[in-house]
Amino acid sequence: MRKNMVVVEGSYAVAHAVKVCRPNVISAYPITPQTHIVEDLAQFAADGEMNCEYMNVESEFSAISALIGASAAGARTYSSTTSQGLALMHEALFNASGMRLPIVMTVVNRALSAPINIWNDQQDSISQRDTGWIQLYAEDVQESADMTPQIYKLAEDEDVLLPAMSCMDGFILSHVYEPVILLEQSLTDEFLPAYDPEFTLDPKNPMSFGAFADPGTYTEFRYKQEKAMGVALEKIEEIANEFKDIYGRYYGGLIDGYVLDDAEIVIMAMGSIIGTVKDTIDELRIQGESVGLLKVRSFRPFPTEAIRKALKNAKVVITLDKNISIGKNEGALCTEVKACLHNTDNRVPVIGFMLGHGGRDIPINMIKKIINKAKLVEKGIFIESEFADLREDLA
Amino acid sequence: MKEIRIHGRGGQGSVTAAELLAVAAFEDGKYSQAFPAFGVERRGAPVTAFVRIDDKPIRLRSQIYEPDYVVVQDATLVDVVNIAAGAKPDGFILINTEKSPDSFNFNTKATVKTLDATKLAMDIIGKPIVNTILAGAFAGVSGLINPESIKNAVMERFPGKVGEKNCLAIQTAYDLMEAQR
Repeated sequence: MRKNMVVVEGSYAVAHAVKVCRPNVISAYPITPQTHIVEDLAQFAADGEMNCEYMNVESEFSAISALIGASAAGARTYSSTTSQGLALMHEALFNASGMRLPIVMTVVNRALSAPINIWNDQQDSISQRDTGWIQLYAEDVQESADMTPQIYKLAEDEDVLLPAMSCMDGFILSHVYEPVILLEQSLTDEFLPAYDPEFTLDPKNPMSFGAFADPGTYTEFRYKQEKAMGVALEKIEEIANEFKDIYGRYYGGLIDGYVLDDAEIVIMAMGSIIGTVKDTIDELRIQGESVGLLKVRSFRPFPTEAIRKALKNAKVVITLDKNISIGKNEGALCTEVKACLHNTDNRVPVIGFMLGHGGRDIPINMIKKIINKAKLVEKGIFIESEFADLREDLA
Repeated sequence: MKEIRIHGRGGQGSVTAAELLAVAAFEDGKYSQAFPAFGVERRGAPVTAFVRIDDKPIRLRSQIYEPDYVVVQDATLVDVVNIAAGAKPDGFILINTEKSPDSFNFNTKATVKTLDATKLAMDIIGKPIVNTILAGAFAGVSGLINPESIKNAVMERFPGKVGEKNCLAIQTAYDLMEAQR
Protein backbone atom coordinates (compact mmCIF):
# COMPACT_ATOMS: atom_id res chain seq x y z
CA MET A 1 0.00 0.00 0.00
CA ARG A 2 2.82 2.39 0.95
CA LYS A 3 4.32 2.32 -2.52
CA ASN A 4 1.29 4.10 -4.02
CA MET A 5 1.22 6.79 -1.34
CA VAL A 6 2.26 10.40 -1.75
CA VAL A 7 2.46 13.16 0.86
CA VAL A 8 -0.02 15.84 -0.20
CA GLU A 9 -2.29 18.37 1.46
CA GLY A 10 -5.71 17.06 2.50
CA SER A 11 -7.46 19.57 0.26
CA TYR A 12 -5.50 18.38 -2.77
CA ALA A 13 -6.36 14.74 -2.07
CA VAL A 14 -10.06 15.64 -1.94
CA ALA A 15 -9.93 17.85 -5.05
CA HIS A 16 -8.21 15.00 -6.87
CA ALA A 17 -10.91 12.59 -5.69
CA VAL A 18 -13.57 14.95 -7.02
CA LYS A 19 -11.75 15.12 -10.37
CA VAL A 20 -11.75 11.34 -10.86
CA CYS A 21 -15.48 11.26 -10.08
CA ARG A 22 -15.94 13.26 -13.32
CA PRO A 23 -18.46 15.90 -12.23
CA ASN A 24 -20.09 17.81 -15.09
CA VAL A 25 -20.69 21.06 -13.20
CA ILE A 26 -18.79 22.59 -10.27
CA SER A 27 -19.92 25.80 -8.64
CA ALA A 28 -18.36 27.21 -5.50
CA TYR A 29 -17.45 30.40 -3.69
CA PRO A 30 -14.08 30.46 -1.90
CA ILE A 31 -14.10 30.63 1.90
CA THR A 32 -11.45 29.63 4.47
CA PRO A 33 -10.65 26.77 5.10
CA GLN A 34 -12.34 25.31 2.02
CA THR A 35 -10.33 27.53 -0.37
CA HIS A 36 -7.58 25.08 -1.35
CA ILE A 37 -10.09 22.48 -2.57
CA VAL A 38 -11.78 24.87 -5.00
CA GLU A 39 -8.45 26.43 -6.05
CA ASP A 40 -7.15 22.98 -6.97
CA LEU A 41 -10.37 22.14 -8.84
CA ALA A 42 -10.32 25.47 -10.71
CA GLN A 43 -6.73 24.67 -11.70
CA PHE A 44 -7.67 21.18 -12.94
CA ALA A 45 -10.53 22.68 -14.97
CA ALA A 46 -8.35 25.50 -16.38
CA ASP A 47 -5.62 23.01 -17.34
CA GLY A 48 -8.13 20.89 -19.23
CA GLU A 49 -7.66 17.97 -16.84
CA MET A 50 -11.41 17.91 -16.20
CA ASN A 51 -14.16 18.00 -18.74
CA CYS A 52 -16.49 20.09 -16.62
CA GLU A 53 -18.20 23.44 -16.40
CA TYR A 54 -16.56 25.37 -13.55
CA MET A 55 -18.86 28.24 -12.59
CA ASN A 56 -17.55 31.24 -10.70
CA VAL A 57 -20.42 32.75 -8.74
CA GLU A 58 -20.81 35.68 -6.39
CA SER A 59 -22.00 33.84 -3.28
CA GLU A 60 -22.65 30.43 -1.78
CA PHE A 61 -26.36 30.96 -2.29
CA SER A 62 -25.71 31.27 -6.03
CA ALA A 63 -23.35 28.30 -5.97
CA ILE A 64 -25.98 25.93 -4.59
CA SER A 65 -28.75 27.48 -6.71
CA ALA A 66 -26.70 26.93 -9.87
CA LEU A 67 -26.14 23.31 -8.90
CA ILE A 68 -29.84 22.77 -8.28
CA GLY A 69 -30.48 23.80 -11.88
CA ALA A 70 -27.57 21.78 -13.25
CA SER A 71 -28.48 18.67 -11.27
CA ALA A 72 -32.12 18.89 -12.37
CA ALA A 73 -30.84 19.02 -15.95
CA GLY A 74 -29.07 15.70 -15.34
CA ALA A 75 -25.52 16.83 -14.51
CA ARG A 76 -23.27 15.31 -11.85
CA THR A 77 -22.59 18.32 -9.63
CA TYR A 78 -20.14 19.34 -6.92
CA SER A 79 -19.56 22.16 -4.50
CA SER A 80 -17.61 22.73 -1.33
CA THR A 81 -18.15 25.23 1.43
CA THR A 82 -17.95 25.84 5.16
CA SER A 83 -19.34 27.83 8.07
CA GLN A 84 -21.05 31.08 6.99
CA GLY A 85 -21.07 29.85 3.40
CA LEU A 86 -23.05 26.76 4.34
CA ALA A 87 -25.36 28.87 6.49
CA LEU A 88 -26.01 31.13 3.50
CA MET A 89 -27.02 28.05 1.47
CA HIS A 90 -29.52 26.97 4.11
CA GLU A 91 -32.76 27.85 2.31
CA ALA A 92 -31.68 26.17 -0.93
CA LEU A 93 -30.46 23.02 0.86
CA PHE A 94 -34.10 22.10 1.51
CA ASN A 95 -34.86 22.61 -2.19
CA ALA A 96 -32.04 20.32 -3.29
CA SER A 97 -33.31 17.56 -1.02
CA GLY A 98 -37.02 18.09 -1.68
CA MET A 99 -36.38 17.99 -5.42
CA ARG A 100 -34.36 14.80 -4.84
CA LEU A 101 -31.21 16.12 -6.50
CA PRO A 102 -28.04 14.14 -5.67
CA ILE A 103 -25.72 17.14 -5.34
CA VAL A 104 -22.47 16.31 -3.56
CA MET A 105 -20.73 18.84 -1.36
CA THR A 106 -17.61 18.68 0.77
CA VAL A 107 -18.19 20.59 3.97
CA VAL A 108 -14.86 21.66 5.43
CA ASN A 109 -16.10 22.04 8.97
CA ARG A 110 -15.59 25.40 10.66
CA ALA A 111 -17.10 27.42 13.53
CA LEU A 112 -19.81 30.03 13.00
CA SER A 113 -19.73 33.74 13.81
CA ALA A 114 -20.08 35.71 16.05
CA PRO A 115 -17.42 36.14 17.32
CA ILE A 116 -15.71 35.61 13.99
CA ASN A 117 -13.58 32.49 14.00
CA ILE A 118 -12.09 30.65 11.03
CA TRP A 119 -11.10 27.48 12.86
CA ASN A 120 -12.62 24.04 13.13
CA ASP A 121 -15.67 22.76 14.87
CA GLN A 122 -18.74 21.01 13.45
CA GLN A 123 -21.47 23.54 14.23
CA ASP A 124 -21.89 24.37 10.53
CA SER A 125 -22.93 20.96 9.19
CA ILE A 126 -24.70 19.93 12.39
CA SER A 127 -26.87 23.04 12.07
CA GLN A 128 -28.04 21.72 8.65
CA ARG A 129 -29.15 18.42 10.20
CA ASP A 130 -32.80 18.66 9.20
CA THR A 131 -32.37 19.85 5.61
CA GLY A 132 -32.70 16.32 4.22
CA TRP A 133 -29.05 15.94 3.22
CA ILE A 134 -27.01 12.83 3.89
CA GLN A 135 -24.06 13.65 6.18
CA LEU A 136 -20.95 11.48 6.50
CA TYR A 137 -17.90 12.43 8.62
CA ALA A 138 -14.31 11.43 7.78
CA GLU A 139 -11.53 10.74 10.28
CA ASP A 140 -8.44 11.30 8.12
CA VAL A 141 -7.37 12.54 4.70
CA GLN A 142 -7.59 9.15 3.02
CA GLU A 143 -11.13 8.66 4.26
CA SER A 144 -12.08 12.21 3.17
CA ALA A 145 -10.87 11.41 -0.36
CA ASP A 146 -12.34 7.92 -0.44
CA MET A 147 -15.68 9.19 0.82
CA THR A 148 -16.10 11.26 -2.35
CA PRO A 149 -16.88 8.48 -4.87
CA GLN A 150 -18.72 6.57 -2.14
CA ILE A 151 -21.03 9.47 -1.45
CA TYR A 152 -21.69 10.07 -5.18
CA LYS A 153 -22.68 6.44 -5.57
CA LEU A 154 -24.93 6.69 -2.55
CA ALA A 155 -26.58 10.00 -3.46
CA GLU A 156 -27.19 8.98 -7.07
CA ASP A 157 -28.61 5.54 -6.26
CA GLU A 158 -32.06 5.45 -7.88
CA ASP A 159 -33.67 4.39 -4.59
CA VAL A 160 -31.91 7.16 -2.64
CA LEU A 161 -31.64 10.33 -4.78
CA LEU A 162 -30.70 12.68 -1.96
CA PRO A 163 -28.03 15.38 -1.80
CA ALA A 164 -25.07 14.55 0.39
CA MET A 165 -22.40 16.27 2.47
CA SER A 166 -19.00 14.72 2.94
CA CYS A 167 -17.67 16.40 6.08
CA MET A 168 -13.98 16.89 6.91
CA ASP A 169 -12.59 18.97 9.76
CA GLY A 170 -11.26 22.35 8.63
CA PHE A 171 -7.47 22.88 8.88
CA ILE A 172 -7.00 19.63 10.86
CA LEU A 173 -7.73 17.61 7.71
CA SER A 174 -7.93 20.23 4.95
CA HIS A 175 -4.48 21.67 5.63
CA VAL A 176 -2.53 18.64 6.89
CA TYR A 177 0.14 16.99 4.74
CA GLU A 178 0.14 13.24 5.19
CA PRO A 179 0.68 10.10 3.11
CA VAL A 180 -2.35 9.26 1.01
CA ILE A 181 -3.22 7.20 -2.04
CA LEU A 182 -4.70 9.48 -4.71
CA LEU A 183 -7.75 7.78 -6.17
CA GLU A 184 -7.03 5.99 -9.43
CA GLN A 185 -9.15 7.06 -12.42
CA SER A 186 -9.50 3.48 -13.66
CA LEU A 187 -10.72 2.12 -10.31
CA THR A 188 -13.08 5.05 -9.87
CA ASP A 189 -14.58 4.49 -13.33
CA GLU A 190 -15.14 0.87 -12.34
CA PHE A 191 -16.65 1.80 -8.96
CA LEU A 192 -18.80 4.79 -9.90
CA PRO A 193 -21.09 4.50 -12.92
CA ALA A 194 -22.08 7.60 -14.91
CA TYR A 195 -25.05 9.50 -13.51
CA ASP A 196 -28.09 8.63 -15.58
CA PRO A 197 -31.23 9.97 -13.89
CA GLU A 198 -34.70 8.84 -14.89
CA PHE A 199 -36.14 12.38 -14.71
CA THR A 200 -34.38 15.50 -15.96
CA LEU A 201 -35.27 19.01 -17.06
CA ASP A 202 -35.47 18.65 -20.81
CA PRO A 203 -37.15 21.10 -23.23
CA LYS A 204 -38.21 18.16 -25.40
CA ASN A 205 -40.08 16.59 -22.51
CA PRO A 206 -41.06 19.49 -20.23
CA MET A 207 -41.78 18.87 -16.56
CA SER A 208 -41.52 20.79 -13.26
CA PHE A 209 -39.37 19.93 -10.24
CA GLY A 210 -40.50 20.98 -6.78
CA ALA A 211 -43.24 23.20 -8.10
CA PHE A 212 -46.14 22.98 -5.69
CA ALA A 213 -47.68 20.55 -3.23
CA ASP A 214 -50.84 21.39 -1.34
CA PRO A 215 -51.83 19.89 2.03
CA GLY A 216 -53.24 16.93 0.11
CA THR A 217 -49.81 15.81 -1.14
CA TYR A 218 -47.01 17.60 0.77
CA THR A 219 -46.71 15.09 3.63
CA GLU A 220 -45.92 12.24 1.24
CA PHE A 221 -42.97 14.17 -0.21
CA ARG A 222 -41.47 14.33 3.28
CA TYR A 223 -42.35 10.68 3.90
CA LYS A 224 -40.55 9.65 0.73
CA GLN A 225 -37.44 11.63 1.67
CA GLU A 226 -37.42 9.80 5.00
CA LYS A 227 -37.92 6.46 3.21
CA ALA A 228 -34.97 7.27 0.93
CA MET A 229 -32.82 7.92 4.02
CA GLY A 230 -33.86 4.46 5.21
CA VAL A 231 -32.61 2.98 1.94
CA ALA A 232 -29.39 4.98 2.33
CA LEU A 233 -28.83 3.27 5.70
CA GLU A 234 -28.46 -0.06 3.92
CA LYS A 235 -26.62 1.31 0.91
CA ILE A 236 -23.92 3.04 2.99
CA GLU A 237 -22.75 -0.35 4.29
CA GLU A 238 -23.07 -1.97 0.85
CA ILE A 239 -21.16 0.82 -0.87
CA ALA A 240 -18.40 0.82 1.76
CA ASN A 241 -17.96 -2.91 1.10
CA GLU A 242 -17.97 -2.46 -2.69
CA PHE A 243 -15.33 0.24 -2.24
CA LYS A 244 -13.27 -2.19 -0.18
CA ASP A 245 -13.49 -4.83 -2.93
CA ILE A 246 -12.24 -2.44 -5.59
CA TYR A 247 -9.81 -0.16 -3.73
CA GLY A 248 -8.93 -2.36 -0.75
CA ARG A 249 -9.75 0.21 1.94
CA TYR A 250 -12.53 0.25 4.52
CA TYR A 251 -13.39 2.76 7.28
CA GLY A 252 -16.67 1.31 8.47
CA GLY A 253 -20.02 1.89 6.85
CA LEU A 254 -22.48 3.60 9.17
CA ILE A 255 -20.26 3.13 12.21
CA ASP A 256 -16.94 1.55 13.04
CA GLY A 257 -15.65 0.05 16.26
CA TYR A 258 -12.15 0.18 17.73
CA VAL A 259 -11.45 -2.31 20.54
CA LEU A 260 -15.15 -2.02 21.14
CA ASP A 261 -16.46 -5.53 21.83
CA ASP A 262 -15.25 -5.94 25.43
CA ALA A 263 -15.17 -2.23 26.29
CA GLU A 264 -17.09 -1.10 29.38
CA ILE A 265 -16.53 2.57 28.59
CA VAL A 266 -17.39 3.46 24.99
CA ILE A 267 -16.42 6.82 23.49
CA MET A 268 -18.54 7.97 20.55
CA ALA A 269 -17.32 10.69 18.20
CA MET A 270 -17.24 11.91 14.59
CA GLY A 271 -14.45 13.28 12.40
CA SER A 272 -10.76 13.93 12.92
CA ILE A 273 -10.87 13.57 16.70
CA ILE A 274 -11.12 9.80 16.11
CA GLY A 275 -7.34 9.39 15.59
CA THR A 276 -6.48 11.14 18.85
CA VAL A 277 -9.11 9.05 20.68
CA LYS A 278 -7.59 5.84 19.27
CA ASP A 279 -4.12 6.81 20.53
CA THR A 280 -5.62 7.65 23.94
CA ILE A 281 -7.37 4.28 24.08
CA ASP A 282 -4.14 2.44 23.23
CA GLU A 283 -2.41 4.14 26.18
CA LEU A 284 -5.28 3.38 28.56
CA ARG A 285 -5.61 -0.24 27.41
CA ILE A 286 -1.94 -0.82 28.36
CA GLN A 287 -2.89 0.39 31.85
CA GLY A 288 -5.72 -2.15 31.91
CA GLU A 289 -8.62 0.27 31.36
CA SER A 290 -11.63 -1.15 29.53
CA VAL A 291 -12.15 1.62 26.99
CA GLY A 292 -13.25 1.40 23.35
CA LEU A 293 -14.40 3.63 20.53
CA LEU A 294 -17.53 3.74 18.44
CA LYS A 295 -16.94 6.00 15.47
CA VAL A 296 -20.07 7.47 13.92
CA ARG A 297 -19.50 7.87 10.20
CA SER A 298 -23.09 8.52 9.14
CA PHE A 299 -24.93 11.21 11.09
CA ARG A 300 -27.76 11.43 8.54
CA PRO A 301 -29.19 8.89 8.09
CA PHE A 302 -28.69 8.20 11.80
CA PRO A 303 -27.79 4.54 12.35
CA THR A 304 -30.10 3.85 15.32
CA GLU A 305 -30.17 0.05 15.06
CA ALA A 306 -26.43 -0.29 14.42
CA ILE A 307 -25.63 1.90 17.43
CA ARG A 308 -28.03 0.02 19.72
CA LYS A 309 -26.32 -3.22 18.74
CA ALA A 310 -22.81 -1.81 19.10
CA LEU A 311 -23.55 -0.48 22.61
CA LYS A 312 -25.11 -3.63 24.01
CA ASN A 313 -22.14 -4.44 26.29
CA ALA A 314 -21.31 -0.85 27.25
CA LYS A 315 -21.53 0.24 30.89
CA VAL A 316 -20.90 3.93 30.24
CA VAL A 317 -21.19 5.86 26.98
CA ILE A 318 -19.27 9.10 26.41
CA THR A 319 -20.20 11.34 23.49
CA LEU A 320 -17.80 13.96 22.15
CA ASP A 321 -19.38 16.88 20.30
CA LYS A 322 -17.72 19.79 18.49
CA ASN A 323 -21.07 21.59 18.50
CA ILE A 324 -23.73 22.72 20.94
CA SER A 325 -27.45 23.17 20.81
CA ILE A 326 -27.50 26.37 22.83
CA GLY A 327 -30.34 26.15 25.31
CA LYS A 328 -30.09 22.35 25.63
CA ASN A 329 -26.48 22.31 26.89
CA GLU A 330 -25.78 19.31 24.69
CA GLY A 331 -24.10 18.50 21.42
CA ALA A 332 -26.11 16.80 18.69
CA LEU A 333 -24.47 13.38 18.96
CA CYS A 334 -25.24 13.27 22.69
CA THR A 335 -28.91 14.06 22.13
CA GLU A 336 -29.21 11.53 19.29
CA VAL A 337 -27.51 8.71 21.19
CA LYS A 338 -29.70 9.24 24.26
CA ALA A 339 -32.80 9.24 22.08
CA CYS A 340 -31.72 6.12 20.25
CA LEU A 341 -31.31 4.16 23.51
CA HIS A 342 -34.40 5.46 25.30
CA ASN A 343 -36.94 2.94 23.99
CA THR A 344 -34.71 -0.05 24.69
CA ASP A 345 -33.83 -2.08 27.80
CA ASN A 346 -30.26 -0.80 27.57
CA ARG A 347 -30.46 2.35 29.73
CA VAL A 348 -26.71 2.80 29.87
CA PRO A 349 -25.65 6.26 31.11
CA VAL A 350 -24.82 8.60 28.21
CA ILE A 351 -22.50 11.42 29.26
CA GLY A 352 -21.98 14.30 26.88
CA PHE A 353 -18.85 16.39 26.52
CA MET A 354 -18.60 19.39 24.23
CA LEU A 355 -15.11 20.39 23.16
CA GLY A 356 -12.96 21.76 20.38
CA HIS A 357 -15.17 24.75 19.62
CA GLY A 358 -13.64 27.38 17.35
CA GLY A 359 -10.52 25.29 16.86
CA ARG A 360 -9.56 24.76 20.53
CA ASP A 361 -6.98 21.98 20.45
CA ILE A 362 -7.81 18.50 21.77
CA PRO A 363 -4.76 16.79 23.26
CA ILE A 364 -4.71 13.22 24.60
CA ASN A 365 -4.77 14.50 28.19
CA MET A 366 -8.14 16.10 27.60
CA ILE A 367 -9.65 12.81 26.44
CA LYS A 368 -8.20 11.13 29.53
CA LYS A 369 -9.70 13.82 31.76
CA ILE A 370 -13.08 13.28 30.12
CA ILE A 371 -12.91 9.51 30.70
CA ASN A 372 -12.01 10.04 34.37
CA LYS A 373 -14.96 12.41 34.80
CA ALA A 374 -17.34 9.97 33.15
CA LYS A 375 -16.11 7.20 35.45
CA LEU A 376 -17.47 9.15 38.42
CA VAL A 377 -20.85 7.71 37.42
CA GLU A 378 -19.69 4.45 39.01
CA LYS A 379 -19.59 6.39 42.32
CA GLY A 380 -23.03 7.80 41.70
CA ILE A 381 -21.88 11.19 40.45
CA PHE A 382 -23.64 11.74 37.13
CA ILE A 383 -22.70 14.47 34.70
CA GLU A 384 -25.45 15.04 32.17
CA SER A 385 -23.46 17.08 29.68
CA GLU A 386 -20.80 19.78 29.95
CA PHE A 387 -18.02 21.66 28.19
CA ALA A 388 -14.84 19.64 28.59
CA ASP A 389 -12.34 22.38 27.84
CA LEU A 390 -13.62 25.58 29.46
CA ARG A 391 -10.97 28.07 30.51
CA GLU A 392 -11.81 28.86 34.10
CA ASP A 393 -10.14 32.28 33.83
CA LEU A 394 -12.58 33.32 31.08
CA ALA A 395 -15.69 31.41 32.11
CA MET B 1 7.53 9.10 17.22
CA LYS B 2 9.59 12.29 16.84
CA GLU B 3 7.85 15.66 17.04
CA ILE B 4 9.10 18.93 15.58
CA ARG B 5 7.80 22.45 16.18
CA ILE B 6 8.76 25.18 13.73
CA HIS B 7 8.51 28.86 14.68
CA GLY B 8 8.59 31.55 12.05
CA ARG B 9 6.89 34.66 10.86
CA GLY B 10 4.18 34.87 8.22
CA GLY B 11 5.81 34.84 4.79
CA GLN B 12 9.00 33.01 5.88
CA GLY B 13 7.82 29.64 4.63
CA SER B 14 7.44 27.79 7.94
CA VAL B 15 4.53 25.78 6.58
CA THR B 16 6.53 24.90 3.45
CA ALA B 17 9.47 23.82 5.63
CA ALA B 18 7.14 21.51 7.57
CA GLU B 19 5.75 20.12 4.33
CA LEU B 20 9.25 19.49 2.91
CA LEU B 21 10.29 17.62 6.06
CA ALA B 22 7.15 15.47 5.89
CA VAL B 23 7.68 14.65 2.21
CA ALA B 24 11.37 13.87 2.80
CA ALA B 25 10.72 11.68 5.85
CA PHE B 26 8.18 9.68 3.89
CA GLU B 27 10.67 9.20 1.07
CA ASP B 28 13.08 7.86 3.69
CA GLY B 29 10.58 5.10 4.48
CA LYS B 30 8.92 6.68 7.51
CA TYR B 31 5.39 7.97 8.06
CA SER B 32 4.91 11.68 8.52
CA GLN B 33 2.42 14.44 9.17
CA ALA B 34 2.83 18.20 8.76
CA PHE B 35 0.31 20.86 9.70
CA PRO B 36 0.17 24.54 10.55
CA ALA B 37 -1.30 26.26 13.57
CA PHE B 38 -2.91 29.06 11.64
CA GLY B 39 -3.24 32.34 13.37
CA VAL B 40 -4.10 35.51 11.61
CA GLU B 41 -2.71 35.05 8.12
CA ARG B 42 -0.55 38.08 7.51
CA ARG B 43 3.10 38.78 6.81
CA GLY B 44 5.26 39.13 9.88
CA ALA B 45 2.88 37.60 12.41
CA PRO B 46 4.29 34.68 14.42
CA VAL B 47 3.47 31.34 12.76
CA THR B 48 3.86 27.83 14.13
CA ALA B 49 4.00 24.63 12.08
CA PHE B 50 4.29 21.06 13.28
CA VAL B 51 5.80 17.84 11.95
CA ARG B 52 5.48 14.29 13.25
CA ILE B 53 7.68 11.44 12.02
CA ASP B 54 7.13 7.83 13.01
CA ASP B 55 7.72 4.25 11.85
CA LYS B 56 3.97 3.60 11.74
CA PRO B 57 0.98 5.57 10.41
CA ILE B 58 0.26 8.65 12.52
CA ARG B 59 -3.26 9.11 13.94
CA LEU B 60 -2.70 11.79 16.58
CA ARG B 61 -4.13 15.18 15.51
CA SER B 62 -3.39 17.47 18.46
CA GLN B 63 -0.78 20.19 18.36
CA ILE B 64 2.72 19.43 19.67
CA TYR B 65 3.39 20.43 23.29
CA GLU B 66 6.58 18.50 24.08
CA PRO B 67 8.68 18.67 20.93
CA ASP B 68 11.85 16.64 20.41
CA TYR B 69 13.05 19.43 18.14
CA VAL B 70 12.28 23.14 17.88
CA VAL B 71 13.30 25.07 14.77
CA VAL B 72 13.31 28.88 14.95
CA GLN B 73 13.47 30.69 11.62
CA ASP B 74 13.70 34.19 13.06
CA ALA B 75 15.65 34.92 16.25
CA THR B 76 13.54 38.00 16.98
CA LEU B 77 10.77 35.55 17.92
CA VAL B 78 12.75 34.55 20.99
CA ASP B 79 11.55 37.73 22.72
CA VAL B 80 7.95 37.29 21.56
CA VAL B 81 7.16 33.57 21.79
CA ASN B 82 8.19 31.04 24.43
CA ILE B 83 9.98 28.95 21.84
CA ALA B 84 11.49 26.55 24.41
CA ALA B 85 8.08 25.69 25.91
CA GLY B 86 7.81 21.97 26.59
CA ALA B 87 11.04 21.10 24.75
CA LYS B 88 12.22 17.62 25.77
CA PRO B 89 15.39 17.62 27.95
CA ASP B 90 17.24 15.44 25.44
CA GLY B 91 15.92 17.50 22.51
CA PHE B 92 17.36 20.28 20.40
CA ILE B 93 16.46 23.89 19.69
CA LEU B 94 17.86 25.07 16.36
CA ILE B 95 17.89 28.85 15.89
CA ASN B 96 18.68 30.95 12.81
CA THR B 97 21.02 33.57 14.24
CA GLU B 98 24.55 34.89 13.96
CA LYS B 99 24.85 34.53 17.74
CA SER B 100 26.37 31.53 19.51
CA PRO B 101 24.21 29.02 21.42
CA ASP B 102 25.46 30.21 24.83
CA SER B 103 24.10 33.72 24.20
CA PHE B 104 20.58 32.31 24.74
CA ASN B 105 19.27 31.64 28.18
CA PHE B 106 16.15 29.50 27.94
CA ASN B 107 14.58 27.71 30.84
CA THR B 108 15.21 24.33 29.24
CA LYS B 109 17.51 21.32 29.37
CA ALA B 110 17.29 20.96 25.59
CA THR B 111 20.49 21.64 23.64
CA VAL B 112 20.59 24.93 21.73
CA LYS B 113 22.22 24.91 18.28
CA THR B 114 22.63 27.96 16.07
CA LEU B 115 23.27 28.60 12.41
CA ASP B 116 23.46 31.88 10.50
CA ALA B 117 20.99 30.67 7.91
CA THR B 118 20.21 34.19 6.69
CA LYS B 119 23.87 34.74 5.72
CA LEU B 120 23.96 31.34 3.99
CA ALA B 121 20.77 32.24 2.15
CA MET B 122 22.15 35.59 0.99
CA ASP B 123 25.46 34.00 -0.08
CA ILE B 124 24.02 31.02 -1.94
CA ILE B 125 20.43 31.78 -2.90
CA GLY B 126 20.72 35.56 -3.02
CA LYS B 127 17.56 36.10 -0.99
CA PRO B 128 16.96 35.94 2.78
CA ILE B 129 14.73 32.84 2.48
CA VAL B 130 15.85 30.39 5.14
CA ASN B 131 13.19 27.68 5.31
CA THR B 132 14.92 25.15 3.05
CA ILE B 133 18.29 25.83 4.71
CA LEU B 134 16.82 25.17 8.13
CA ALA B 135 15.28 21.94 6.83
CA GLY B 136 18.79 20.87 5.77
CA ALA B 137 20.24 22.06 9.09
CA PHE B 138 17.54 20.11 10.93
CA ALA B 139 18.56 16.96 9.07
CA GLY B 140 22.18 17.63 10.12
CA VAL B 141 21.31 18.21 13.78
CA SER B 142 18.87 15.34 14.12
CA GLY B 143 20.14 12.67 11.76
CA LEU B 144 16.45 11.87 11.29
CA ILE B 145 16.19 12.66 7.59
CA ASN B 146 18.45 12.03 4.61
CA PRO B 147 19.42 15.41 3.10
CA GLU B 148 19.02 13.89 -0.37
CA SER B 149 15.32 13.35 0.37
CA ILE B 150 14.91 17.01 1.33
CA LYS B 151 16.66 18.03 -1.89
CA ASN B 152 14.38 15.76 -3.92
CA ALA B 153 11.35 17.31 -2.23
CA VAL B 154 12.67 20.81 -2.99
CA MET B 155 13.36 19.99 -6.67
CA GLU B 156 9.85 18.55 -6.96
CA ARG B 157 8.31 21.75 -5.59
CA PHE B 158 10.75 24.31 -7.05
CA PRO B 159 12.17 22.82 -10.26
CA GLY B 160 15.05 24.47 -12.14
CA LYS B 161 17.60 27.07 -10.98
CA VAL B 162 15.72 28.09 -7.83
CA GLY B 163 15.61 24.50 -6.66
CA GLU B 164 19.27 23.89 -7.50
CA LYS B 165 20.46 26.89 -5.47
CA ASN B 166 18.30 25.77 -2.56
CA CYS B 167 19.77 22.28 -2.78
CA LEU B 168 23.31 23.64 -2.57
CA ALA B 169 22.31 25.68 0.48
CA ILE B 170 20.62 22.65 2.06
CA GLN B 171 23.75 20.52 1.63
CA THR B 172 25.98 23.28 3.06
CA ALA B 173 23.72 23.69 6.10
CA TYR B 174 23.53 19.93 6.55
CA ASP B 175 27.31 19.54 6.45
CA LEU B 176 27.86 22.38 8.94
CA MET B 177 25.41 20.94 11.47
CA GLU B 178 26.27 17.29 10.88
CA ALA B 179 29.92 18.07 11.71
CA GLN B 180 28.78 19.24 15.19
CA ARG B 181 26.65 16.18 15.90
